[in-house]
Amino acid sequence: MNRIQPRRLVRQIGLLGVLSVTAVAVLSGCSSSGSDSSDGGRGFSEAKQDKNSTITVWVDATRVPAVKAFQKANPSIKVKTVTYDGSANGSNSFKTKMSLYDRAGKGWPDVVFSSQNNDASWATQGVAGKQPFAARLDKGLIPADTLSGFAKGSLNPCTVDGGVYCLRNDLAQTVLWYDSSLLKKFGYAVPKTWEEYQALGEKVAKEHPGYIVGSVGDTWTPEVFMWSSKCQANDVTDIRKVTVKTDSTECKRAASMLDTLVANKSLTKLSVFTPDFVKTYTGKVLLMPGPAWFAGAIFNNKESLNVPKGRLGVAAPLAWDGDSAVAGNVGGGTWFISSHSKNLANAATFAKFVTTDDAYQVDLGPGYPAYAAAADKWVQKQESSGYYATDLSGLTSAAGLVWDGWGFPSFSQEAIWAKTITPLISSGKSIEDNLDTWGTAIKNQAKVNGYQVND
Amino acid sequence: MTEVTTTQSAGPETPGRPAAADHHPHPKEAARMTKVRKGRTRSIGALFVTPYALFMLAFGVLPALYAIYLSVTDVDGGFTPTANFSKVIGDFRFFAAARHVAFFLGIWLAALLVLVVFLAIVVHAIRARWLSASARLFFYLPGALAGASSVMLWLFVLDPVASPAGPLLRAMGMDSFTNVIQPDHLPLIFAIIAFWTGAGGWIIVMYGALNNISTEIMEAARIDGANPVQVAIHIQLPLLRKWIAYMAVLSLAAGTQLFVEPSLLSQASNAVVPNDYSLNQLAYQYAFDLNDFNGSAAISVLLLIVALVLSAVFVTKGGLFETEDV
Repeated sequence: MNRIQPRRLVRQIGLLGVLSVTAVAVLSGCSSSGSDSSDGGRGFSEAKQDKNSTITVWVDATRVPAVKAFQKANPSIKVKTVTYDGSANGSNSFKTKMSLYDRAGKGWPDVVFSSQNNDASWATQGVAGKQPFAARLDKGLIPADTLSGFAKGSLNPCTVDGGVYCLRNDLAQTVLWYDSSLLKKFGYAVPKTWEEYQALGEKVAKEHPGYIVGSVGDTWTPEVFMWSSKCQANDVTDIRKVTVKTDSTECKRAASMLDTLVANKSLTKLSVFTPDFVKTYTGKVLLMPGPAWFAGAIFNNKESLNVPKGRLGVAAPLAWDGDSAVAGNVGGGTWFISSHSKNLANAATFAKFVTTDDAYQVDLGPGYPAYAAAADKWVQKQESSGYYATDLSGLTSAAGLVWDGWGFPSFSQEAIWAKTITPLISSGKSIEDNLDTWGTAIKNQAKVNGYQVND
Repeated sequence: MTEVTTTQSAGPETPGRPAAADHHPHPKEAARMTKVRKGRTRSIGALFVTPYALFMLAFGVLPALYAIYLSVTDVDGGFTPTANFSKVIGDFRFFAAARHVAFFLGIWLAALLVLVVFLAIVVHAIRARWLSASARLFFYLPGALAGASSVMLWLFVLDPVASPAGPLLRAMGMDSFTNVIQPDHLPLIFAIIAFWTGAGGWIIVMYGALNNISTEIMEAARIDGANPVQVAIHIQLPLLRKWIAYMAVLSLAAGTQLFVEPSLLSQASNAVVPNDYSLNQLAYQYAFDLNDFNGSAAISVLLLIVALVLSAVFVTKGGLFETEDV
């Protein structure tokens, strides 16, 4: 029996190695490229501008009407539309592609829409001497009076170290949605505090089992309940500093409430986007704390709960006894302009249009506009539809109440909650007892993302 | 009963050349002809091997070397031989991911090695031709659903609400998708998905290898009084050794690269299955979430080393590189 001769094998491997190293050297040599850029006084190095060049715009499917509205209003500006997943569900497509373009030194789109509102945390930071992707907007690219027209706090996700790097498309402030007909039928009043909300949940569990006052089955559960309770689990205090304190009274009170209501089944463990949720709870959702976009996504949606006209009411965010009411936030898209764009003027015109112009934000936009003037008109339009049982002042007041102690780091709080707490809730374990597990997971994730963590 | 140690011939005999007993060429001429023949054979061999070698160089060796280069340099290209390795090994997710992959591999490889060989021997033993062919087709069919599509199918199977196996899942106390995909269930779930997708192909390969065992040996064993179990243990298994090693090496390489299954489950479960569950996913997170290609390369190199070491064990124990005397 013969075996492969070691010496010959070594020779062959050696030859392959030499060839490979040569090729790597050649490839490495090819990667360097020159640049043709200058400082335009806007806080970043600008590519050579060409005012006639086509701007490439990346949007998700929901934002395609925004591009069409822009093209209709600005036929002289050439736009190429690329549809992608919008980085939805933490896919990170936006970040992934930009990292690759950074390495290639070319390929960046001019404008990008993202459904993740923590993108500024990475898009404003250059790696290995590379220019950050996001263009700074508040140094002349977008007029100051436009920036000041956005709702209070709405540009917080876009603001890094005092600079504004993106424009908010829509707000996702949390409010209390309720079925006014059901409340009336059961003789319950709309709660004004979280304590009243919990008491009502306990009552519902006893008197009307099968009906629910909300859900903890989605990844944004901490953003609805913990954020609204001023739980300091995610307080970004500087570009790479975060305070994580999950053992506070504020965290415990919210966790305890969730434990109680999950145990008595007045809070469902199902995600609101599952067929099972729709099958089980259509006509049985009494209350539902959640973001502004729940109205169109869940309640007034034939594919979901399909609440009939005249029943859905909205109340302002609930307060904890002795504390001021604050709102949480679940998403809300953002528009970025690339610092590598060769047509910054048209890219800025586009970004300004899609975030502020009535032709998109009021007439076509599905969510609550971040731009205050558009938001007022959007609310009027929604109220005039006659769908809601109440006025939408609850939404408007919540827009200015989003608690700013919950930040926008480069890692996902939703993903951490999903992998550490969701399985525990699902298997019947207590959230309050596992707040330290949650806190440790956040701290660990923060550290590997380069954050200095303060307890 | 003694174990058979003879190894089967790698290929068929040279077809019907007459024994050239009556032809005696001059020794010098014979040597020249042999040289020419060998040269021609080598040229044809090189012709066949070159495309493979080039592709392997371009898509296997070069990326691996580039990864090694990245793993020992920092983001500015400076030489840092250990920094990236200590960074990724110090990451709180590293050993968790390594443990996940190890559990998955342990279950999957054991299932492959035992069940595939067992099923192949059983199918091979079936006398009825139609039944044997039907069984092979039955085993092979799931493999027709490649990679991601098979996981998509399993997303439905694992959801008690939509699954045809819903009553069974509920009977086991799992009434929601989140309950099914609890962290401690995942290695088994991934192993089942991988086995379901890949085992059929390996059963066919083993069946082919069993066919290659000469009928003389099998008959001799039977005449000696060996029953089917004894034949399987003392004849078939030793002669399948190389093929089992081959399956182990390839499956090991595929298994350490666990990525598609947890990634799709992560998307489908809204991150309840973490997106850094496996080492390959962690490498992906380093590259595209942390923008740290050097750290990512370090994980890849560590994976490569582990896979090479384990493969070497399988190759040595399985005698995969042993060749016949010519």
